Amino acid sequence: MSAAIGNTIVSLPDQSTAQIPKRNYINNEHGLLSWLLTGDHKRIAILYLISITFFFFIGGAFAGLIRLELLTPQPDLVSSDTYNKFFTMHGIIMVFLFLVPSVPATLGNFLMPIMLGAKDLAFPKINLLSWYLYVVGGLLMLAALVLGGVDTGWTFTTPLSTHYLNTHVITTATAIFIAGFSSIFTGLNFIVTIHRMRCPGMTWFRMPLFVWSHYAASLLMVLGTPVLAISLVLIAMERLFGIGVFDPTKGGDPLLFQHLFWFYSHPAVYIMILPGMGVISEVISTFSRKRVFGYTAVAFSSVAIALFGFFVWEHHMFIMGVSNYSALVFSLLTMLVAVPSAIKIFNWVFTLQQGSITFETPMLYAFGFMGLFTIGGLTGVFLGSLGMDIHLTETYFIVAHFHFVMVGGMLMAFLAGIHFWWPKMTGRMYPESLSKLAAVTTFIGFNLTFLPQFILGYLGMPRRYHAYPPEFQVLNVLSTAGATVLGIGYMLPMLYLGWSLKYGAIAGDNPWQATGLEWQIQSPPLTENFIEIPIMDHEAYDYEWLEKKTKNEVTTVG
Amino acid sequence: MGLSPVLWQFLVRWLHASALFPAEASGISPYVDALYFFLLLMTVFGTTLVAVLLLVFSIRYRREKNPVATQIEGSTLLEATWTIIPLAIFLVTFVWGALLYFRIYDPPTNAMNIYVVGKQWMWKAEHPGGQHEINALHVPVGQAVQLTMISQDVFHSFSIPDFRIKREVIPGRYSTVWFEATQVGTFHLFCTQYCGTQHSGMVGTVTVLTPDDYRKWLQQSTSGMSLAQNGERLFASMGCNSCHSGNAAARGPNLAGVYGAKLTLTDGSQMLVNDAYLRDAILNPSQHVTAGFAPIMPTYQGQISEDGLIDLVEYIKNMQSNYRVQQTQVTAESDEAAPTTPPQGTNETVKP
Repeated sequence: MSAAIGNTIVSLPDQSTAQIPKRNYINNEHGLLSWLLTGDHKRIAILYLISITFFFFIGGAFAGLIRLELLTPQPDLVSSDTYNKFFTMHGIIMVFLFLVPSVPATLGNFLMPIMLGAKDLAFPKINLLSWYLYVVGGLLMLAALVLGGVDTGWTFTTPLSTHYLNTHVITTATAIFIAGFSSIFTGLNFIVTIHRMRCPGMTWFRMPLFVWSHYAASLLMVLGTPVLAISLVLIAMERLFGIGVFDPTKGGDPLLFQHLFWFYSHPAVYIMILPGMGVISEVISTFSRKRVFGYTAVAFSSVAIALFGFFVWEHHMFIMGVSNYSALVFSLLTMLVAVPSAIKIFNWVFTLQQGSITFETPMLYAFGFMGLFTIGGLTGVFLGSLGMDIHLTETYFIVAHFHFVMVGGMLMAFLAGIHFWWPKMTGRMYPESLSKLAAVTTFIGFNLTFLPQFILGYLGMPRRYHAYPPEFQVLNVLSTAGATVLGIGYMLPMLYLGWSLKYGAIAGDNPWQATGLEWQIQSPPLTENFIEIPIMDHEAYDYEWLEKKTKNEVTTVG
Repeated sequence: MGLSPVLWQFLVRWLHASALFPAEASGISPYVDALYFFLLLMTVFGTTLVAVLLLVFSIRYRREKNPVATQIEGSTLLEATWTIIPLAIFLVTFVWGALLYFRIYDPPTNAMNIYVVGKQWMWKAEHPGGQHEINALHVPVGQAVQLTMISQDVFHSFSIPDFRIKREVIPGRYSTVWFEATQVGTFHLFCTQYCGTQHSGMVGTVTVLTPDDYRKWLQQSTSGMSLAQNGERLFASMGCNSCHSGNAAARGPNLAGVYGAKLTLTDGSQMLVNDAYLRDAILNPSQHVTAGFAPIMPTYQGQISEDGLIDLVEYIKNMQSNYRVQQTQVTAESDEAAPTTPPQGTNETVKP
């Protein structure tokens, strides 16, 4: 890719002499136990990366099966019960076992202490415990799956989930309950680390925006997840003892469950997207060689999203007979929460202005993120607008909307981050042209899959339908075709990243010429991250500082 | 709608012909579609703006062209611009959407009422005249129709996309939605809230008829008993009339003309008597004791189906006087009295 001089910032060490550093966190200790009992945040991040990738492909397989069934209007591939299990397992696995931990537990875990100039997170053992909780949750989920699955939908709507289904609801609820604690511990760890373990000179406004967005997401994890846990406990109690909190015949309120559920699950959307936004800030800055435009605005918009995110949950229930006037309030708040996201998008776009832009793979994914997240965000305004929501909610429009945000936004950001920090995590580069192909494939496949679903939604096709009227078939076929392309787009990184572990070019300390503290240490880093405690004497994204530093540096050979 | 009617017609026809757009078959549809087009415009504009900026900056400031970046702190003016303009657009959307929401959910006073019961996995429509339909709904064109809906089991959602209406059908609580069909024809009816195995089978057809055809249909499909007549029978057979007889000494409050009135309860609160209140008062009487009466009414929870409740509600709604209640009671007492032969000369009140 570096054939034409000037169109890349990648600077790799001379490959004939370069070596992976002799001592690093990967080869510091050996044997399986040294990984399973580690307190090193970087190793835990790798453990997380492996496990969430595993669950991503299981969840993805269910998505494939759903799209395959919807190729024809008739319910002909599987039975209705099986189809209901497909979308339930797809939703639960993707949300709780992939999206929520994706960026924070892998990239966040790996980078947070290094970005702050710390040796590790505040509570390394709790960090390890959180991974074990995740694994226990994941195994329980697999057990529920193998025993016959669950068909409540990921939303567990009562009284369907409490009185009318005979599948493994309690097992699944327990799995999510346990995985929830893993999320709470991660959030807790991040908050304490950010408050207490910043290196000298690292003031709040010198922190990378990646840290700010993780801070906001952590607040949501710690404050929101317990509510989900409680509502799942109530579901289990209802099933086991019939306590009747959600049962109208016993004086309970079936709608109460949805209030509780969405009180977590709306902020959960921001738990999923905020860390992704952090990745985008880092990537855009690095590949345009500029500090992020309006740093404080971007930082505070993260906090604003976290704050407003708690007060919009009822917008999932506008048609459910809530008071018209409370619907007004929640609609207004929903409009307000859309603004910080718009601010972020424009700040990223204007970071490019007067920059010196190159187009490596992470940047391509970031561009994909900005386009798709803009569409995802603006279609959210449709749903926040009361009168429009009546027609659009519970249709494929809403499916398309949240996939634009979660897949088009979050997954693109995750892949941008994985490619961006891959050299730091493994010490080796991924193959550039192949990865560019994957980024473009993903973008095309994604649009082909989900754009037709907006149209289907406005036509009125309800979500979670096993069979549908034949006039909707053309758009469904397009969507399934897109899903196939998308699937290939996701398989590719899996293959070439695996390949690069052994055959990728040696990356050196700072292949992107980035300013972050993590790029000033060796790749892969030492177990203790820094040889001496760094002193932060400049702001984040200070490219002049980097230039000066590089100039004065004595180049050591071999 | 702000658009010229000719242009609007053209746009709507073209979209319908391309099968990318649902029919505009109710009075509210054009208003919903107008907001939809505004929002689409906003999305296309926003996305294009971002895409064009990305493209222009990518070309102008690519490394070959601009090898050294100029560091810019930020700009309060620009920040304010892209805070205020999106906020303004979103607020317009909010107000527009809110007005539409109230329009869709506030029924006009002259709407005719049809009851809908949702259950796994079918829709049951009950017309006041006693016509019952499963997974079908016949309505007249050009007449406001209100649906009073309830679920017998789990959450369902009643959706007619071509009318742009949808409302959750909730267990244990009436919810309402209204529409005015403007096109004769048949339209899809969907359950849009996931409700178990046959969720995607819980679909039906809405048939919109001309007023004449509708009258014919009503005559041909009647079951012989109106809902209120069924309700009257239930009222007697469940023994409601023994207390709610309208007599001065009756143990229960007088129900004639109670619908639509404001009641004062024993705890001093004021309640408007509507369908939901009547239903709750039957199932959960201890929470709904009218001031001046003792809380002696037993609960009917579990003894009466949702259909039966609808019959009772419909009966009480249309009850103008207690004449027939008292007549029924007198007849019942005389029936009880009949087997024992009373002594001669004392049975003046009971003449068969």
